[in-house]
Amino acid sequence: MALTREQLAQRVAQEFQDGFYVNLGIGIPTLAANYIPEDMQVMLQSENGLLGMGQFPLDEKVDPDLINAGKQTVTMVKGASLFSSAESFAMIRGGHVDLTVLGAFEVDCQGNIASYMIPGKLIKGMGGAMDLVAGADNIIVTMTHASRSGESKLLSECTLPLTGKACIQRVLTDLALMDIEDGKFILRERAPGVSVEEIIALTEGELVVPDSVPEMVL
Amino acid sequence: MAGFDKVVDSYEEAMAGLEDNMTVIAGGFGLCGIPENLIKEIKRKGTTGLTIASNNAGVDGAGLGLLLEDRQIKKMIASYVGENALFEAQMMSGELEVELTPQGTLAEKMRAGGAGIPAFYTATGYGTPVGDGKESREFNGRHYILEEALQGDFSIAKAWKGDRYGNLMFRKTARNFNPMAITAGKIAVVEVEEIVEVGQLDPDEIHLSGIYVNRLIKGSFEKPIEQRTVRSA
Repeated sequence: MALTREQLAQRVAQEFQDGFYVNLGIGIPTLAANYIPEDMQVMLQSENGLLGMGQFPLDEKVDPDLINAGKQTVTMVKGASLFSSAESFAMIRGGHVDLTVLGAFEVDCQGNIASYMIPGKLIKGMGGAMDLVAGADNIIVTMTHASRSGESKLLSECTLPLTGKACIQRVLTDLALMDIEDGKFILRERAPGVSVEEIIALTEGELVVPDSVPEMVL
Repeated sequence: MAGFDKVVDSYEEAMAGLEDNMTVIAGGFGLCGIPENLIKEIKRKGTTGLTIASNNAGVDGAGLGLLLEDRQIKKMIASYVGENALFEAQMMSGELEVELTPQGTLAEKMRAGGAGIPAFYTATGYGTPVGDGKESREFNGRHYILEEALQGDFSIAKAWKGDRYGNLMFRKTARNFNPMAITAGKIAVVEVEEIVEVGQLDPDEIHLSGIYVNRLIKGSFEKPIEQRTVRSA
């Protein structure tokens, strides 16, 4: 079975390490915050100027001056800090954020990512995504493996305008976890009950299948 | 003699001198920390042909969305504009020119504009449509593009507290683009929730020095929320 959104979030959270500063994009990445292990300290960065983002506020504690990058009202954890957008992106571009998780439309085996623009459709903008992919060394892209019509989103070459060039090394889809090395996807894990053949069939870019591809443990 | 006293008493005075076709740099992220009343004053004045640099373009009926109603904006420089139907309509019809700029690059363009740095190299946008036509250069094996600083005829911003000299403190994530926007405007206009007497702010806790501020006004704010998300007790 393909992973649900919650399961994707759970698998993302397994990439967290104690003491990590993490930036989570809107959507599935944000859900990963719910699966931070209790014995681990992880600090969430929100690019609008907050390090140490907490959960949503209680109704009576909503503060219009405290939102996340998705413009949702949030809280701060103990030890949080606040700063300007310039400072926030200095952290991001300067490589100080340990892990970035974000969504995409397409990823190719050169490590290119397309995530902000579909020509002919309404363009809303890249927000902070271009800065995040350019600045971080450790990025996980979460996405569905194929479109609803069954077309692969893991390509030999992205067809959409790029958000970043040669910057992605790890992709988690609803079917598989893959690394990108030397212009190839390397299959590392498969979703429980999903066969290697299914993954091969839905991966357009070159895919290396090691002898053993374990199922994800969730 | 006004000396360093930056306080003005009316919004008309605060935005005096703003003319058609000027460039305005605005603080705010979404509707958080936006100069609500300065935007309303620009609407009241009816200034048109404006180029506005701001991370977002407001929503229908709030923030910079108000200036779209009377087609006062000619060009928008922003990173994300997806919350506004009127904006979409004017962009699609070609009435409104849009320069999409990555969020961190936009913040740094404002910072550089206020800091006397004419341009800077950044890896953000290299190999993407944002880098098209821009000078690029390799440093230590990585590719960077040259981005130019941004300066405005005016900047409009919102802070939490200010003293009469324009020394400012911001509150929580309402800080966002406001400090850089202020530094990048030839005439920087700031509205605050509270004006205190000089000496009442601890100099160590001032977020932005009054040297950057030209006009300061006390406003009252609606603080609209775009996405009210709560948890149950």
